[in-house]
Amino acid sequence: MPITHSFDYQKPGSLREALALLARKSAVALAGGTDLIGHLKEGLVSPELLVDLKGLKELKKIEHRGGALHIGALVTFAEVIDSKVIGKKLPVLAEIARKVASVGIRNRATLVGNLCSAVPCLDTGPILVAMDALVLVKGKRGSRKIPAEKWFIAPRKTARKPGELVTGISIPLPRGKAAACYLKLGRYRGEDLAQASVFVSIEQSSRGAKARNFRVAFGSVGPVPCRARKIEKALAAGGALIDMVALKKLVPAEISPITDIRASKEYRLHMCQVMLERALAAADGRLNGTGPAYGASLL
Amino acid sequence: MKKRIRFVLNGEKRAIDVAPQETLLEALRDGLGVKSPKCGCDRGDCGTCTVMIDGRTVRSCLVLGVEVDGAVVTTLEGVMENGELSPLQQAFLDRNAFQCGFCAPGMIMSATELLARNEQPTREEVQEGLAGNLCRCTGYSPIIDAVLETAGVVPKGGRDERP
Ligand code: FES
Ligand code: FES
Repeated sequence: MPITHSFDYQKPGSLREALALLARKSAVALAGGTDLIGHLKEGLVSPELLVDLKGLKELKKIEHRGGALHIGALVTFAEVIDSKVIGKKLPVLAEIARKVASVGIRNRATLVGNLCSAVPCLDTGPILVAMDALVLVKGKRGSRKIPAEKWFIAPRKTARKPGELVTGISIPLPRGKAAACYLKLGRYRGEDLAQASVFVSIEQSSRGAKARNFRVAFGSVGPVPCRARKIEKALAAGGALIDMVALKKLVPAEISPITDIRASKEYRLHMCQVMLERALAAADGRLNGTGPAYGASLL
Repeated sequence: MKKRIRFVLNGEKRAIDVAPQETLLEALRDGLGVKSPKCGCDRGDCGTCTVMIDGRTVRSCLVLGVEVDGAVVTTLEGVMENGELSPLQQAFLDRNAFQCGFCAPGMIMSATELLARNEQPTREEVQEGLAGNLCRCTGYSPIIDAVLETAGVVPKGGRDERP
């Protein structure tokens, strides 16, 4: 299907220039384009100007600074997978990136573009809400840092205002020893959208040798990624012992799955319980140095 | 308004005028007559339009022509080495790894990238590397075997005997 709508194309060389162009009515930012070009073909968007960001070097960085991981808006999923810093500081992010679409898409699609799409099945949603990531946004009037949980408003709707540009994200890193796991359920292995997904992170707490903090979030089982705070509390209260039966009973209260072409709501709920158990076991194992390698297939 | 873009296509410098809404796939096929990339789904799901930009595979149906200004683009036409089939292409041929052949250009581009980045892939890594390249004819086995044969992990014409 060709793009029938015509528009102008510009590739600015500085962020200032880009923001000035984006302040125009009907201008849209282009990074990887794997979503945007599909939307242009389907007529879901009809901008007058595409502002290609790929000339902005400052948006290509992956940095570890001030206890957080900063990922620029142009960083692709392939670059997340290959990044040494991410492999060392937050390997679960590479595990997530490997589950996104196919190699040919990951070579082009950016992590920030993924969260801008804000579709309910997005793979980067659960980790960002669970880890309290900040979405860094710049507009002509200044910058904002939006907590991930406030970023996702509804399917395809984010807290970004017209004319604003997401320049990157910042993910606070756990202070103590930590490990995590992301499980994604698809209809088959390889290139599929998530029917349901679970992210779990366990961090040794400074409160005592046995004390641990948990972060849990689900994806694809609600309009936006769901942080599972009741489950997190129950886990932290339980210490080293995890009462899976009690924990699974909390899942229905945390998510609101629907039935669609990819799965029924009953199946999604059931699999969230199964995946929660497996993700916890894997993260726990990884924390103790006995778990499966990051990226191993656990479903 | 059309824009002039300059890029290297299969080792040759090219300059063409493209409208901003033209995809790279359209620019290659209709503008330049390079016909190996195919239009299957036109939405990033099937992989038949796969080409390389700066050595990495992309779905050319999801890239605009204007975006490759200054880049190095490689299609299947540029994979042959000195007029000879690449070892991977030869293995595809030897193993009947295509029937109608519609998927083959994309498969070979994806597998070429895979082998450039991972010389000794496991069967699972080949499957993962080719996920998103759909084939409606072969059932995939001969394709995966051809890639493994090229990597030298499966003997020529033999089967993958590993667990
Ligand atoms: S035609 Fe591009 S992926 Fe199908
Ligand atoms: S050989 Fe026909 S689609 Fe693959």
